[in-house]
Amino acid sequence: MRVLAAMSGGVDSAVAAARAIDMGHEVVGVHLALSRMPGTLRTGSRGCCTIEDSMDAQRAANKLGIPYYVWDFSERFKIDVVDDFVAEYKAGRTPNPCMRCNERIKFAALLEKGLALGFDAVCTGHYASIEEDAEGNLELHRSLAMAKDQSYVLGVLNREQLSHSLFPLGATASKDLVRKEAQDRGLTVANKPDSYDICFIPEGDTRDWLKDFVPTDPGRIVDLDGKELGEHDGHVGFTIGQRKGLRIGTPAKDGKPRYVLDIRPKTNEVVVGPEAALEITQLAGSRYSWCGKAPENLDDFFDCEVQVRAHGDTVEAQAAVVDGELVINLKTPFYGVATGQTAVLYLGTRVLGQTTIDRTQSAVTLSV
Amino acid sequence: MSVFLDHASTTTLREESKAALLRALEETGNPSSVHSSGQLVRSILEDARDQIAKAINCNRSEVIFLSGGTEADNHAIKGIYWQQIAKDPNRNIIITAATEHHALLDPAIWLEANQGAKVHYLRVESDGMVNLNSLQEFLTENHRRVALISLMTVNNETGVITDIQKVSEIAKPFGIPVHSDAVAAFGHVPIDFASSGLAAMSISGHKVGAPIGIGALIVRRDMKPESLLHGGGQERALRSGTMNFASAAAFAAAATASLADMDSREEKLGKLRDELENKVLELIPEAIVTTKGANRVPHNAHLIFPNTQSDSLLFLLDQQGISVSSGSACQAGVLGPSHVLIGMGIEENLAKACIRVTLGHTTTAADIDAFIAAIGPAVSGAIKAQALQN
Repeated sequence: MRVLAAMSGGVDSAVAAARAIDMGHEVVGVHLALSRMPGTLRTGSRGCCTIEDSMDAQRAANKLGIPYYVWDFSERFKIDVVDDFVAEYKAGRTPNPCMRCNERIKFAALLEKGLALGFDAVCTGHYASIEEDAEGNLELHRSLAMAKDQSYVLGVLNREQLSHSLFPLGATASKDLVRKEAQDRGLTVANKPDSYDICFIPEGDTRDWLKDFVPTDPGRIVDLDGKELGEHDGHVGFTIGQRKGLRIGTPAKDGKPRYVLDIRPKTNEVVVGPEAALEITQLAGSRYSWCGKAPENLDDFFDCEVQVRAHGDTVEAQAAVVDGELVINLKTPFYGVATGQTAVLYLGTRVLGQTTIDRTQSAVTLSV
Repeated sequence: MSVFLDHASTTTLREESKAALLRALEETGNPSSVHSSGQLVRSILEDARDQIAKAINCNRSEVIFLSGGTEADNHAIKGIYWQQIAKDPNRNIIITAATEHHALLDPAIWLEANQGAKVHYLRVESDGMVNLNSLQEFLTENHRRVALISLMTVNNETGVITDIQKVSEIAKPFGIPVHSDAVAAFGHVPIDFASSGLAAMSISGHKVGAPIGIGALIVRRDMKPESLLHGGGQERALRSGTMNFASAAAFAAAATASLADMDSREEKLGKLRDELENKVLELIPEAIVTTKGANRVPHNAHLIFPNTQSDSLLFLLDQQGISVSSGSACQAGVLGPSHVLIGMGIEENLAKACIRVTLGHTTTAADIDAFIAAIGPAVSGAIKAQALQN
């Protein structure tokens, strides 16, 4: 196959490209320029947007003896990922930009461009595995290295995208082995620190970064009965389940801590209340997709597991499509789930599909 | 097969230059030393200075060797600005054009951001020609506030030639110094510094077949721009640092060779370029020759392929062994729309869809044939890729 290896400048994508070459594919390295104003040097734990990262990727490609190019996706990235991120926060939701990037950039814009330019697949350093079932259907599975498993952020991939994806790191037992392999292959990125923050937020402070994009109007912090408990300087950046930084003077009657339960952009209110009210028993969303073959009889509730955060816990659940919405009933409640987050459904290690969460249902009714 | 059609980025090392470099590298010595070893290498350096002075028709003391075009432009813009502002604090305007090289624009913009300068950009026509009437008009109104004028002799991306003689004539009655970045011009069009009326001019070695890392700022004897580098006071105290005599010798040899075959080479390359452009237009009638009709150098074909993106074109051509560029090579490798084309008023979609094909002293008819064979599939592939992006 002709394979386009997306190279961020990190160790994982470099080793993935090397393995694709070993598999006998014709590999070309490509670095995605996602920012029009890239920083010069990498700072902190940012991932992939500096010139230094682009140089690291080029160095790795040179070492592997493959051609290397930089493709500019900064415009698409701004519209599909950054603007979406801001709009979601404005609407009181908590988005996952890495998921959007996979959905719209890496496995959409990049893949489409690659296919048009004569490539068969995109290869990335994600920790996940693609397997085939008995009938030859492609399935996405968790990686062997559970601590690094990234199947959650790939839950947005559909059947077509899976058929053009290559994840050579899925069967590796740990990241240490990948680093060791990079060392053995003479790749200079072998000991480069992991990235984990949102790549376009330089200081890693989302709330502070959002201030430049969203007006910060002061508003009320209220309890479940609508009683004002304090003031906030802008609802954007609060997250469901947040406990710290609420600056409420009066303690709760029961003396227990209060948490953010709801964000209401229309009235610019942040609702706080007891931990018990964070208990979520049902999730639902209309923007759902199936990762590979869809379950049969979607109208009937089927057993599955669900995860709502990258590296988060999984709980048992039942899901079905009801009136155009994927409804997920949790057998064990989750605490503090925000709309905008993605619920990924699993069956054992297999990713079934996902939905962006539009609404949640708590065991404690919120007054509106 | 590798076909190099990006000679404006850098050109193949000339044999004469390589020989001069190797010869000079045999010698041990610092040109500033008083002993015989020092005097020997000093004479190599001064021979090189004579050759460059002859090639450009200037006084030998006007040749200041330095590292290349970027340093020369920085030195000219900042150095002359500081000289002028020290004499008259009201003279804080730098006149230039948006189509200049970043080596020139960025120092000017830096002076504006940090030192109170104002940058005035002259009007550029859609074919890349700088509108010199607008210079005349601006000076008539504002000449007392102008520190310097800087316009490049030949644009590095489009190959468009500016009438520098005329710029000097317009500036002369007002006594305003004019600098010209002649990096893309030297060795390709005749240059006569003495009669140009210029205060300073930048030239670079690797564009004429010398190694990368050597160039010169030609500075008129009566000019004393502030220095960027302070130290041992070498090069008329304008550029301190141990003088790179071996590279200077290589530069001088390349410049001499380049001037010796300039007329016949440019004539030959002009024919090849015209053939290339005509065949491209036959194959792809939607293609646009960006600077058609403008006064331009013969070895540069600047082409726009609507509904494509430069990065796809470059990729598909490179996959077929053909090296071209989309404008000046960029450090990050990120291809934004060319600021030169934007400066010419070309809309962003077209500015992102250009390639620059530049011929050089090693270019053959077979190279042009290879390009013609590759461009059709590259453009159709790039159109397909672009259609999916929209």
